[in-house]
Amino acid sequence: MSDVHMRIWRGDATGGAFEEYTMPDVEGEVVLDVIHRIQATEAPDLACRWNCKAGKCGSCSAEINGKPRLMCMTRMSTLPEGETITVTPMRAFPIIKDLVTDVSFNYEQARKVPAFNPPPRPEGGYRMMQEDVERGQEFRKCIECFMCQDVCHVIRDHEENKASYAGPRFFIRYAELEMHPLDTNDRRELVQEEMGLGKCNITKCCTEVCPEHIKITDNAIIPLKERVVDANYDPVAWLGRKIRRRTKRTPAEAAVQPE
Amino acid sequence: MAEVERHSYDVIVIGAGGAGLRAAIEARSQGMRTAIICKSLFGKAHTVMAEGGIAAAMGNVNSKDNWQVHFRDTMRGGKFMNSWRMAELHAMEAPQRVWELETYGALFDRTKDGRISQRNFGGHEYPRLAHVGDRTGLELIRTLQQKIVSLQQEDERESGDAESRLKVFAELTITKLTMDGERISGAFGYWRESGRFVVFDAPAVIIATGGIGKSFKVTSNSWEYTGDGHALAMRAGATLVNMEFVQFHPTGMVWPLSVRGILVTEGVRGDGGVLRNSDGKRFMFEYVADMFRAETAESEEEADKWYDDHTAGRRPPELLPRDEVARSINSEVKAGRGSPHGGVFLDIASRRTAEDIRKRLPSMYHQFMELAGVDITREAMEVGPTCHYIMGGVQVEPDTAATAVPGLFAAGEVAGGMHGSNRLGGNSLSDLLVFGRRAGLGAADYVEGLSGGNTAMDATLVQEYIDEALEPFSRDEGENPYDLQYELQEMMQANVGIIRTQSELDYALEKLDEFKERAGRLAIKGGRVYNPGWNLATDLPSMLTVSTCVAQGARDRKESRGGQTREDFPKADPEFGKINFVQRQPAGGSFADEIKISPEPLPEMPEELMAIFEEANK
Repeated sequence: MSDVHMRIWRGDATGGAFEEYTMPDVEGEVVLDVIHRIQATEAPDLACRWNCKAGKCGSCSAEINGKPRLMCMTRMSTLPEGETITVTPMRAFPIIKDLVTDVSFNYEQARKVPAFNPPPRPEGGYRMMQEDVERGQEFRKCIECFMCQDVCHVIRDHEENKASYAGPRFFIRYAELEMHPLDTNDRRELVQEEMGLGKCNITKCCTEVCPEHIKITDNAIIPLKERVVDANYDPVAWLGRKIRRRTKRTPAEAAVQPE
Repeated sequence: MAEVERHSYDVIVIGAGGAGLRAAIEARSQGMRTAIICKSLFGKAHTVMAEGGIAAAMGNVNSKDNWQVHFRDTMRGGKFMNSWRMAELHAMEAPQRVWELETYGALFDRTKDGRISQRNFGGHEYPRLAHVGDRTGLELIRTLQQKIVSLQQEDERESGDAESRLKVFAELTITKLTMDGERISGAFGYWRESGRFVVFDAPAVIIATGGIGKSFKVTSNSWEYTGDGHALAMRAGATLVNMEFVQFHPTGMVWPLSVRGILVTEGVRGDGGVLRNSDGKRFMFEYVADMFRAETAESEEEADKWYDDHTAGRRPPELLPRDEVARSINSEVKAGRGSPHGGVFLDIASRRTAEDIRKRLPSMYHQFMELAGVDITREAMEVGPTCHYIMGGVQVEPDTAATAVPGLFAAGEVAGGMHGSNRLGGNSLSDLLVFGRRAGLGAADYVEGLSGGNTAMDATLVQEYIDEALEPFSRDEGENPYDLQYELQEMMQANVGIIRTQSELDYALEKLDEFKERAGRLAIKGGRVYNPGWNLATDLPSMLTVSTCVAQGARDRKESRGGQTREDFPKADPEFGKINFVQRQPAGGSFADEIKISPEPLPEMPEELMAIFEEANK
């Protein structure tokens, strides 16, 4: 039986180094399986997050050969055979230990998103049409692996931008609420002025790493940019809005249920 | 004494899945200062794995549906071992709980007229499951998570502190509940991130820690499912009920290793998928029990007519109840007719066109493509039974979710009774919402009714807990927690799995005693900061406790019913149908203390509910 060679970053906030591990090759494994075998044999204190091991919870994000991946969804057989596989923690977030990073930035951003604000619920529930909920549903597939945040060059190597940048994960949240048929909060000025939507220059790195294949750039960020422009800056659109009444819906308008 | 962090709350909720989050929302809304404690990051709970939907008799697709029919289906599914009152409350309140999620921002799939769509599922008479594609559990978690954030935003506007009334303590393991005399007074644990110890003083604790599947080798459950809540509650003096009822889903993936146990939805069989052994034979026809003969097809020809027209033939035997199918697969494998990796073949490739398969089963197509490199439009899947859910659990008052211990509440999978001996698909997510809310209310009412303050945890006791938690670090040589966990999982799978028999259960209980003794001399390497070896060492006592409970119940229930199958007692026994098995441990003791089990009468259903069944039989 051949072996697999792993090079894993070990350390904490004060520093660290790569350590090499050699494990027997077992057919049909993913990277996370190999990490687990290293834990059970050579390095019982090797830290990594994981949970569902089925690509549904977004816990085991790391960088495999420099690329953000879910360790539970990366089959060993898809990596170059015979070469050492390098596993490092997500670069955009502070290290806690080994492959575990402090992702609290994301939870802070979540708290900055003004909440969903619907009209009162009618007896028997709201009416919404499938085509109207589908756009939001795409963004709600997000499993919060935060790999789009990790790969986004606005914050990946620019810690200083984090104070004024929500990142792709939260741009899809803003887009989802913006497109929600019942919502009445207008977040367009906020997302542009304080959440740094303008800093995104649509390189689509986030879309490429999304394990849920959400079209973050095309379906969320670009439409969001258009709506922001529509709301604030473009005089033609402003005039158009006057005519077509494309403002954010009022509570009274949102309460009108489709026939 | 080592440095300890202290917090004081009105209510603490242990577990941040659907039940825990809904409980916390309710407790906070009732004015309680509430803490949510979870072993993972916020939003990663096992609830995200739920695919099918939330069962609620809204009647959106078939207006004949109502709570009485849902109640009837639930009781029948549970083989009448359910707590009738829990099943009643569940059926009555589920629709409100689903509609409420839409006010929090949930986006369910819609009917043509814009209402919440509902789909058919095994055991439900009418289309009843509200759904979001095949990721309903994720939608539930995200929605509740976002509602919690919105409550924190309200608090921030009011007090300047977002966490003043509702705070999430993520990646924190609770190892002890503390008592003030007979009643709960708080909890003790440690931050996984730093290893730092934490004391929570709180007069009310809601347990919402989910299930126990991690005691088995093949399971659809995540690592968090180590039975912590069951063990904590029992050691505080609460009772567990019917722990032998464990649901094994017949079709989990068996290969590759990385995905062993992950579910293959029932939908594959509903859409024409058939089970074959290594000879290529469609073996389920050999396993139709007498009680299902009348409604099950006798030949492949008859069965195949059913898929397109349910009136043209009887049901294919692949669609027998979960326990029947799981048992049959087990028998084929034992007889040496299994697939290369110890399962059987689930074949849809030879039955439907590739286009059809991709259209009807997109998520299964992707699941096998991405995780296994198997194209299910071209080749058969390898599947086998996987440990999926525990119906038994902490015994509660149906209306308040209160346990036998004042101040201790339980909701969700950790609570027992709601599902009887077998749970219907879709009834889990609704259970979380209905009883999560009731637990939050129950805890708030309890705290409001208390006179006098809560006692702070005693410093000597805290030191004792710290010493106990750190003990494994003091040994240079000792048991490796990973090895012990591995042996436990192998042993439980082999002896307390889907088919059980007296000699194997006796053997299992002996082995569990041995494991408990070994768990007393674990040795841990490394420091306390994010150390998975140590984290596992603190989970192992709970795993051993719940494993013992399952094995004991399985030994004493000498019958086959729902999630309990005895090779030596293959039939349901009406006498056992009147009995709950209830388990207790000495309050405040060690995990290794003896667990006592006793039969207690099942509460009788009142006449007005009996009438619901008589009506259906007319």
